[in-house]
Amino acid sequence: MAKYGMLIDYDFCTGCHSCEVACQQEHNYPVGKNGIRVTEHEYDTGEKIKIDFMPFLTDLCDLCMPRVAEGEKPACVKHCQSACMEFGLTKDLAKTLGDKSKVVLYTVQPG
Amino acid sequence: MGKIDVYPTVAWSAGAGCHGGCGQKLFVEDGKMVKIEGDENHPFNQGRSCPRVLALTQYMYHEDRITQPMKRVGERGSGKFEPISWDDAFDYCETEMSKIKDQYGPESIVFAQGTGRDIGGPISFLAYSFGSPNWVQLGLSGQSCYTPRLGAMKAVQGDFGVSDCSQFLEDRYDDPEWEVPEVIIVWGQHPPNGCPDAFFGHWIVDCMKRGTKIISMDPRNTWMTGRAEHHLKLRPGTDGAMALGMLNVILGEGLEDKKFCDKWVHGMDELRERAAEYPVERVAQITGVPAEEIAEAARFFANAKRGSIHWGVPIDMCPDGTSVAHGIICLWAITGNIDIPGGQVIARPSHEVSSYPYSTEALVDLYGEELVKTLTEKRIGADAYKMVKNFRGWAQPDMVIDQIMTGEPYPIKGAWIQTANVLGGQAARANFHYEALKKLEFVAVVDLFHNPTTMALADIVLPSSTFPEKDSFRSWWAPLSIIKKRVQVGDCKTDWEINFELAKRFNPEGTQRWGSPMDYFNERLAPSGKTFEDMEEAGGWLMPEDGPAKPYRRHERGLLRQDGEPGFNTRSGKIEVYCTAYEDWDLDPLPFYTEPPQSPISTPELHKKYPLIMITGARSQLYFHSELRGIPWLREKEPDPYVEVHPETAKEYDVYDGEWIYLKNDLGKVKRKVMITERVKPTEIQTLHGWWMPEQEGAEPNLFGVWDYQINQLVPGPQESQSGFGGGQYKTTLVTLEKFEQGAAANG
Ligand code: SF4
Ligand code: SF4
Ligand code: SF4
Repeated sequence: MAKYGMLIDYDFCTGCHSCEVACQQEHNYPVGKNGIRVTEHEYDTGEKIKIDFMPFLTDLCDLCMPRVAEGEKPACVKHCQSACMEFGLTKDLAKTLGDKSKVVLYTVQPG
Repeated sequence: MGKIDVYPTVAWSAGAGCHGGCGQKLFVEDGKMVKIEGDENHPFNQGRSCPRVLALTQYMYHEDRITQPMKRVGERGSGKFEPISWDDAFDYCETEMSKIKDQYGPESIVFAQGTGRDIGGPISFLAYSFGSPNWVQLGLSGQSCYTPRLGAMKAVQGDFGVSDCSQFLEDRYDDPEWEVPEVIIVWGQHPPNGCPDAFFGHWIVDCMKRGTKIISMDPRNTWMTGRAEHHLKLRPGTDGAMALGMLNVILGEGLEDKKFCDKWVHGMDELRERAAEYPVERVAQITGVPAEEIAEAARFFANAKRGSIHWGVPIDMCPDGTSVAHGIICLWAITGNIDIPGGQVIARPSHEVSSYPYSTEALVDLYGEELVKTLTEKRIGADAYKMVKNFRGWAQPDMVIDQIMTGEPYPIKGAWIQTANVLGGQAARANFHYEALKKLEFVAVVDLFHNPTTMALADIVLPSSTFPEKDSFRSWWAPLSIIKKRVQVGDCKTDWEINFELAKRFNPEGTQRWGSPMDYFNERLAPSGKTFEDMEEAGGWLMPEDGPAKPYRRHERGLLRQDGEPGFNTRSGKIEVYCTAYEDWDLDPLPFYTEPPQSPISTPELHKKYPLIMITGARSQLYFHSELRGIPWLREKEPDPYVEVHPETAKEYDVYDGEWIYLKNDLGKVKRKVMITERVKPTEIQTLHGWWMPEQEGAEPNLFGVWDYQINQLVPGPQESQSGFGGGQYKTTLVTLEKFEQGAAANG
């Protein structure tokens, strides 16, 4: 099992793009390259139009291990304006899943 | 590689572009900022940051950044500029401005600002030192950006008010004094898109996480409206009727806070009578929102123990924006939500520090009797509008541009433009602004990049700074903060440094007690008992202590009035829902509704020709007004100026997603890329303002493509409200959609 993971409470993701630019700054990625991508989902529930967002970790995500080693949060987690991202041990994060709705858990094998 | 040092500071444009005030940590290596991160110890943002500030290194060290004063050498508009020294630049400005002053008087130069940066202090300092009363948000019809709401709050309740998201308390959500609002009406804004006016947009999201329910007042569907308890999709520009309809329900059903109203509200009977003219059925007809939905939302708000209203610029932009704001203030007032935890708290500048003096005595002391006389006698718009005369020192923007064109009642010959890309940004009837401003004899622009305004108009461009490059301070609500310079880029100077130097030349006596801007800052900071240096030692920011600048229930504790008595800072000591200040200014003392000047109802013929209501002026998370289109990390995420079109509308006009089309009305046509989406209703479209293409040719006639993309070419004017503040049809202009080929055929 991947040791570290990222839990995202995507119901609160506002699509603000902070995680994306934080990642690009942290890794000095040029345009087009990113450890995280946020996509928009628009749909009709019959009662209302919902606009939801879903952040997705790409292969370029290294979970900011150098930052983590320094005791910092990953750049995206720290700057997320909704504070809806959580980094931690996969097993700890997985334990909390049952109590939550609308969350995703990404596991990444740090390189 | 050198050592990297980390310094805290506080953001206030330029670069991020906003009126927030978040804490940021600057990572500096060999004198260069290599990275920026939110300051997790700062209570404003707690480490969180927007994409714009996170892209700041790309902005500061951008190859297009202007880093030396540039004097025009070719024809105006040729784009030919040559670098000159600061000394020469100041000499040149002094000479040219003095020429105009000697020939026509100091009022013949206008001092134009946009928004962003700590601009109010330095630009008024320079304008007044020069002797001109004409300090103006040029282009912004009706001064419709917060000023109308601020004026209304001052008039009705004697003080400003904001949603209480614990921002005045150091421990924020953990402070035991704070309580979670049961409900927040989010009226005409999508808060996650930015940090307007000293308010971190995501605070609303923080409250939602803690249980706050949302009532959305928004014609569009957004992330937030999809999560709202009630979403009232009103027709753009009908907010005034909506407020009255809700008041009607609350008063009609006796849901107001009677104890509070008896004690603290003036004019309940008159308000009741006025609201009675707006039964929900009538309001439903005007707004397009079903009567029952309006009534339920009104009950939900009134029945909550604590609630607030967070509002946006569409309110200012309603016809009679100051009256619409009045109606909305009545909503939070009669429900007893003022200055309670989780309610609508009174907002005062932290520690009673202000960026610039405004009492008459202070103005006389600084700038002399003559200036104060000029402010009343020569300020454009002060004669025409009593509210303009009596609330703040602005000149009236719609009238200023008309006067530049006509030269009546006196000629305007020069402009000092700072933090304002007038032509690429806020100017309604943008082409008219272009023609009028072209006539000026002298134009200086202070900015960080070339843009359509510098290219078309500037005789000289003076390079300003981003916030990591400047010393400054802010006291806008809380906390009191200093902005501390950590790096230097090229020869750039801060707005304060530039204006201070010139102000000294024009007003040596008034300004002689200050040797540097820092001396001035320290004088302004004095009410806090701290100097800039003290503030730095204290970590850069201070929350207000118990007193007039800290909630709660200050009206009960005698903290709001000069005389120290309990009550509000109004004539009656009460919240004046019947507003005597408005009465003094020859305005209706009660809220009323005005139909937008162009609409299916007021101009049915025009509506047949142009059947779509165009909403502009919304915020993108990635841009700030007309700024930041050249920043790679931002532009890649929103590369094109799109227009939101409902699927049914797209079908009707036979356009596909991603198709380039024109938006068009009698004033012109503008290019947009279609985004088919149910964010908008079939009767409305939405598109962002501020588009020009920094990657295109800047010289005339192209001007970075501004005439292809500047949406405010379609927005007519002058359209200020009866009070002089508010109005401007940025949200309610009628247009149609035209395919590219169709236009070509018509032209051929
Ligand atoms: S954890 Fe680090 S590498 Fe992964 S997406 Fe976030 S910022 Fe990028
Ligand atoms: S920073 Fe947070 S809220 Fe913003 S897009 Fe990323 S996950 Fe969503
Ligand atoms: S928009 Fe908000 S996060 Fe961004 S710089 Fe301004 S205050 Fe800070």
